[in-house]
Amino acid sequence: MSATLDQIFVLLQHWLVSFLPAVLQPFVSVLLGVVVIIGLFPALFAFAVWMERKGLGRIQNRLGPNRVGPFGLLQPIADGIKSLTKEDIVPLSADVVVHFLAPLVLVVAVFMGFAVLPMGRNMVLVDMDAGLLFYFAMGASTELSIFMAGWSSRNKYSLLGAMRAVAQMISYEVPLLMSSVAVVMIAGTLSLTKIVAAQNSYSGVFPHWYIFTPWGLAGFLMYVVSSMAETNRSPFDLPEGESELVAGYFTEYSGFKFALFFLGEYLAMFSISGLGTVLFLGGWSAPFSFLTWVPSWIWFFSKLMMSISVFIWIRGTLPRLRQDQLMNFAWKFVLPMTLLNLFVAALWRFLGEGWERWVICSVILLLAYVVLGRTGMREGKFGPRRYRYAE
Amino acid sequence: MSFVFYILAALTLAGALAAVLLKNTVHCALALTVAFAGLAFLFLQLDAQFAGFAQVLVYIGAVAILVVFAILLTRGSETPKDGVYSRNWLAGLVIAAGVFAALGWAVLQSVPGLPHETAAPQVSVLQIGNALMTRYVLPLEIVAVLLTLALIGAVIVAMHQKVEAQ
Amino acid sequence: MTPLVGYLLVAALLFAIGLAGALTRRNAILVLIGIELMLNAANLNLIAFWRYGPHPELLTGMMFAIFSIAVAAAEAAVGLGLVISIHRHAHTTDLDAMNRMKG
Repeated sequence: MSATLDQIFVLLQHWLVSFLPAVLQPFVSVLLGVVVIIGLFPALFAFAVWMERKGLGRIQNRLGPNRVGPFGLLQPIADGIKSLTKEDIVPLSADVVVHFLAPLVLVVAVFMGFAVLPMGRNMVLVDMDAGLLFYFAMGASTELSIFMAGWSSRNKYSLLGAMRAVAQMISYEVPLLMSSVAVVMIAGTLSLTKIVAAQNSYSGVFPHWYIFTPWGLAGFLMYVVSSMAETNRSPFDLPEGESELVAGYFTEYSGFKFALFFLGEYLAMFSISGLGTVLFLGGWSAPFSFLTWVPSWIWFFSKLMMSISVFIWIRGTLPRLRQDQLMNFAWKFVLPMTLLNLFVAALWRFLGEGWERWVICSVILLLAYVVLGRTGMREGKFGPRRYRYAE
Repeated sequence: MSFVFYILAALTLAGALAAVLLKNTVHCALALTVAFAGLAFLFLQLDAQFAGFAQVLVYIGAVAILVVFAILLTRGSETPKDGVYSRNWLAGLVIAAGVFAALGWAVLQSVPGLPHETAAPQVSVLQIGNALMTRYVLPLEIVAVLLTLALIGAVIVAMHQKVEAQ
Repeated sequence: MTPLVGYLLVAALLFAIGLAGALTRRNAILVLIGIELMLNAANLNLIAFWRYGPHPELLTGMMFAIFSIAVAAAEAAVGLGLVISIHRHAHTTDLDAMNRMKG
């Protein structure tokens, strides 16, 4: 029973495809997967927007949306209808073609990333040998679309927002990649399904997720920070800081194109949380060995929604960083730590089983954190702003 | 020769032509990314998955962005008044045409000796990794040193001269 | 026509386009773009020869292409750094205007 429930979507797909002639079957089964992804994640997006507005409201001691539907649950639908019926304004001096293409490129590139994420046992659209590389290649293409949006609008706020966003995304992509490489080193594969499979075993009731190792925990924390910066989420939301830049790179977008940007931002958040889940939190594997009867996709999506709640929680809690703090943090703290983490992961691999490797790896990481993070900040080397006047 | 190949080749060449011909420098950079993407697809068509994804990651994710940043930092998006082509563009064009003629002639001359359709090689990432760590470990290390030097060099070259303390 | 010939011709055309761009444009950045196109054409050749060559399991052509991609990234970084530095000094990226050895 539980095995059937676990594989219900896979069985459903096989059943649907079996009605077709054999020539069409592989094509249609991929197409079905694509349709499910394209349908499911925008629905999740609507729910996440509602959750975010409610959650932020709760954090800021107000009610949040409560007019449309029970608990305001239908608010995203109302918002969607509004953005669809709004006039689509293109600035007179804008570069029309690039302005039109930017949101499309963004959404397509973000959707591509979902293709390699395993969302349950046997539930992956394309099981690629180089899945992680594919994911990061697609993630890198979103930067260009943001630049396209900012530049084609011919608006200084848009351009400044885009430049900030691109600089920030490039800076944080390095630690994002590096913290994932530690996982690749231990798992010995770039295939995301195999990375999940490597974590899907238990000692006692506890799982062998990578977050429960010293290098995994450090890598996960660095991954979370970089992924927040990568998706332009608060506290790294300088590219769209309302008080400075109106709305950043999508200032000149309205109606449906604006909705596409909004969608793209949330989809990027989903996909990066999904990747974090796969890399560090065991993907679709159950948190305790006695819970393996629960369908695998439930675990994946509950971990995903937990990460989204953390994103919302942090947005409601932390103030926005300054541009120089942002860059210093990326290059002088997160990047050296991820590089060290690679070294620690290698140590972990070669020290063999036993308690010694736990002590050695933890001590190295803690020392580095104290030296780089605590002392460095207090000595004033990374913290305060250095003013540079116009020449 | 499949239909897909012709589409991808046309896409790549159109992107490359646009990158070379367009007036607006930013448009050139964007057209360049189209050419890069077409090339990545061509790599995939050649069963070189790893190289194709590396192409996207490095060229679209890094080089194109670098180019775009450089254009904006040098105010290159404003079209110059006295034309975008160099004074001796004719000589350049003739040389390029000559090179293409020579290369095309060489390729067409050697058609009989070229191998025909072969079975697609099955290459896993694991094999590539093993090759990088054994047979090609020296080039890998040299590339690592080169990239570090390039990183430092680029920063030093492009860095502002330190302003004297006020 | 065998597939290899098609790829080689595309690569040759791409190389010629890149060369034409590098030789005819004024803007230093566009010259760099032309050079990148030429490097890419070479990569396409390498991968095509790897795919249709006698020993694809040795991965020689593919490795060559991967290293070439890495070197091209370094080249782009340093080249664009130089362009920015020259622009700061001479206030132009027009190659025809850069005709003095002294600053």
